[in-house]
Amino acid sequence: MDLNYSKEELAFRDEVRGWIAENLPQDLRDKVANYEELSKEDLLRWHRILAKKGWVAPHWPVEWGGTGWGVVERYIFEEECGYAGAPPLVPFGLMMCGPVLLRFGTEAQKKRFLPRIYNGDDFWCQGYSEPGSGSDLASLKTRAERRGDRYIVNGQKIWTTLGHYADWIFCLVRTDANAAKKQEGISFLLIDMKSPGITVRPLILMDGGHEVNEVFFDDVEVPVENLVYEEGKGWTVAKYLLGYERLNTGRIGASKRELARLKEFAARQPGDDGRPILEDPRFRDKLTRVEVELAALEITNLRFLDRMRRTGQPPGAEVSLLKIKGTEIQQAITELFMQAAGPLARAVRPADGAAGFDRFTGVLAPRYCNFRKTTIYAGSNEIQRNIIAKMTLGL
Amino acid sequence: MNFDYSEEQQLLADAVRRYLAKDYGFEARKKIVASPEGWSEAVWRQLAELGLTGLPIPAEYGGFGGGAVDMIGPMEAAGEALLVEPYAATMVAARLLARAGSEAQKRAILPQVVEGRLRLAFACLERGARHDLSRIGTRARRAGDGWRLSGEKVAVVGAPAAARLVVSARTEKGASLFLVEAGETKQRPCVTLDEMRAADVLLEDTRAELLGAEGEAMPWIEEAADFATALVCAEAVGAMKYACDATLEYLKTRKQFGVPIGSFQALQHRMVDMVIATEQARSMACLAASKVDGAADACERARAVSAAKIKISDAARHVSQESVQLHGGMGMSEEMKVSHTFRRLTVIAGEWGDAEHHLARFAALEAAR
Ligand SMILES: Cc1cc2nc3c(=O)[nH]c(=O)nc-3n(C[C@H](O)[C@H](O)[C@H](O)COP(=O)(O)OP(=O)(O)OC[C@H]3O[C@@H](n4cnc5c(N)ncnc54)[C@H](O)[C@@H]3O)c2cc1C
Repeated sequence: MDLNYSKEELAFRDEVRGWIAENLPQDLRDKVANYEELSKEDLLRWHRILAKKGWVAPHWPVEWGGTGWGVVERYIFEEECGYAGAPPLVPFGLMMCGPVLLRFGTEAQKKRFLPRIYNGDDFWCQGYSEPGSGSDLASLKTRAERRGDRYIVNGQKIWTTLGHYADWIFCLVRTDANAAKKQEGISFLLIDMKSPGITVRPLILMDGGHEVNEVFFDDVEVPVENLVYEEGKGWTVAKYLLGYERLNTGRIGASKRELARLKEFAARQPGDDGRPILEDPRFRDKLTRVEVELAALEITNLRFLDRMRRTGQPPGAEVSLLKIKGTEIQQAITELFMQAAGPLARAVRPADGAAGFDRFTGVLAPRYCNFRKTTIYAGSNEIQRNIIAKMTLGL
Repeated sequence: MNFDYSEEQQLLADAVRRYLAKDYGFEARKKIVASPEGWSEAVWRQLAELGLTGLPIPAEYGGFGGGAVDMIGPMEAAGEALLVEPYAATMVAARLLARAGSEAQKRAILPQVVEGRLRLAFACLERGARHDLSRIGTRARRAGDGWRLSGEKVAVVGAPAAARLVVSARTEKGASLFLVEAGETKQRPCVTLDEMRAADVLLEDTRAELLGAEGEAMPWIEEAADFATALVCAEAVGAMKYACDATLEYLKTRKQFGVPIGSFQALQHRMVDMVIATEQARSMACLAASKVDGAADACERARAVSAAKIKISDAARHVSQESVQLHGGMGMSEEMKVSHTFRRLTVIAGEWGDAEHHLARFAALEAAR
């Protein structure tokens, strides 16, 4: 047994690390470090820098811009980006729509959409959830009726992340209300957000931030060539995506970085006795537990990668474990940050003017609130546990 | 043994709850929070009319002479409704004044508080001291027959709405309390996570009046903090009750997979644990209040209050986190009251000392026994 990266892998890591250090713009790095809101432009800037280098979609086939890296290199790359504090890559095009088109799209669809996703020309969002269909996604009601060479779409999506930035939305819609099984009447449609009849309404989260939306469809016309795979086979497409190789689900690199920053922060915050809270054994123990959790998750992740590399099998319910543990760790870190600031974290914004207000301390509690989302979205942690119970344990 | 409220306590609790249910619904509260002041004078007058502003103030100054136990009902109602008016802040400072102040000071201020014409705040937190109220950096110096204060107090809840502040500061003789005109301080007002208004208060050779004996304020400060902690414990119980009620209702009505999500046993057990935590918290809130009123000595009082706050801080985190999680995406939405209750409970977990602070305090008290 050898738990270490090989010499080649280490060299690769150093190369990636060096390149990011040189090419990640300082202002973006600062924004991420200060927990500032990232604009569409901020997100796209980093996307385009990576695209230019040829590293924005390592997992795609080489002919479409992929790097040909193995699973371990890809994992190293993603962890290094997180560890360096790079802005996150918006997953909807690169990690979701792209892979779907690569697997199920027509040649024409691939040619039309993939290069634009790669270069960051189109901003995508994901239209799955509906007010009545969250965990039970297959009960979705948004209808698409075929009329000649178009579909007419009516209904509503909810929780659409960054829908207010998006040029395109990929949707699960119901094309056959009478199918024997509810999964069978669903299709996967690509819809231009500029289409007449689409209304995007902001949904404000409890931290006051605008990142999700409601998207309403009122007689929206969608050309049939925007159907992906066959009509009624949308569930197959969606399932493929759920089981898609998500190596970075645990966000270990980003959590490592946050943990290191938490230590720096806690070294500067006073405990009850006036010494740094970092030296308070009660705080220290809590922090250490999170650190150990993260170490365990990292090794678990590497163990899964090693198995994938050797068997060539895509991960199954392993991804659920990574999601559960990864999000619990992220939440624990945001909570410890807030606790380190103590009573000062209660003030979240100045009531008049910003003079003298400590913005970083002010954002810690709202960030803790915001991160409650991580155990809810992308398949809630309860649903992830159901998956493990069913798929792995046969319960 | 008798855990029931007296008839008077029950009547008051009912009256407060009725008033808040009628005039302090989630929508009404939203408007108040969005207003420039962030609290409502009209609501304050109503609180005064109900007799709340005089509750812990001695009868000779127009109050009801009540104790912490009398405050449980109103505070629980405040927690349920997420009251943002600086009620607890004013009551804590007023009670401190009633205990430590001179006759003239009490006569000058307390009747006005009772009538709802004056609000107070207790400025005791400092930047470098976290929850330890004895680590006082603010300095007081004698100037003529008065005093001058210099230093900074942070996150003083209710300061922007207060006419007078009770401030802890250090003289040559040690920890002391002072009364300061709020208008003579420099304030950096802020909005808190739980949508209240607070301020950092800058004292730059600010005029002050000594409150109580010089250098002997620590017992008063500790007692005030224990009283305040008992209030926040009762308030937490109200907020947790709302979080449980709202979540239970959601589990019964929200359907996924063709059934109410409350039919999933995985969620039933989580709901049960929330309710158990709330019941335990309620017991500890009763303990804290009754010991604030009737403990044999300061040590017994402190132990009970710290024990209560440990339980309540843990329960506040647990119940708030679970209430959001079981609501799914809806729990994250600003439009849902439960997300605001989450924010209040998050603050409560750390208010007047987080669980770790009280664990350390409790352990130290045990060791000294
Ligand atoms: C910030 C944020 C961003 C999002 N972004 C997107 C997006 O871009 N696109 C998109 O399509 N969706 C998005 N979502 C939606 C997300 O996928 C859903 O919120 C999630 O699937 C849960 O659905 P729900 O909110 O309807 O909760 P529900 O499904 O109603 O669940 C409520 C509670 O019941 C639990 N539960 C449900 N079923 C079971 C069961 N069988 N067993 C045990 N427990 C169960 C859940 O875990 C949860 O705790 C986002 C959500 C959030 C909060």
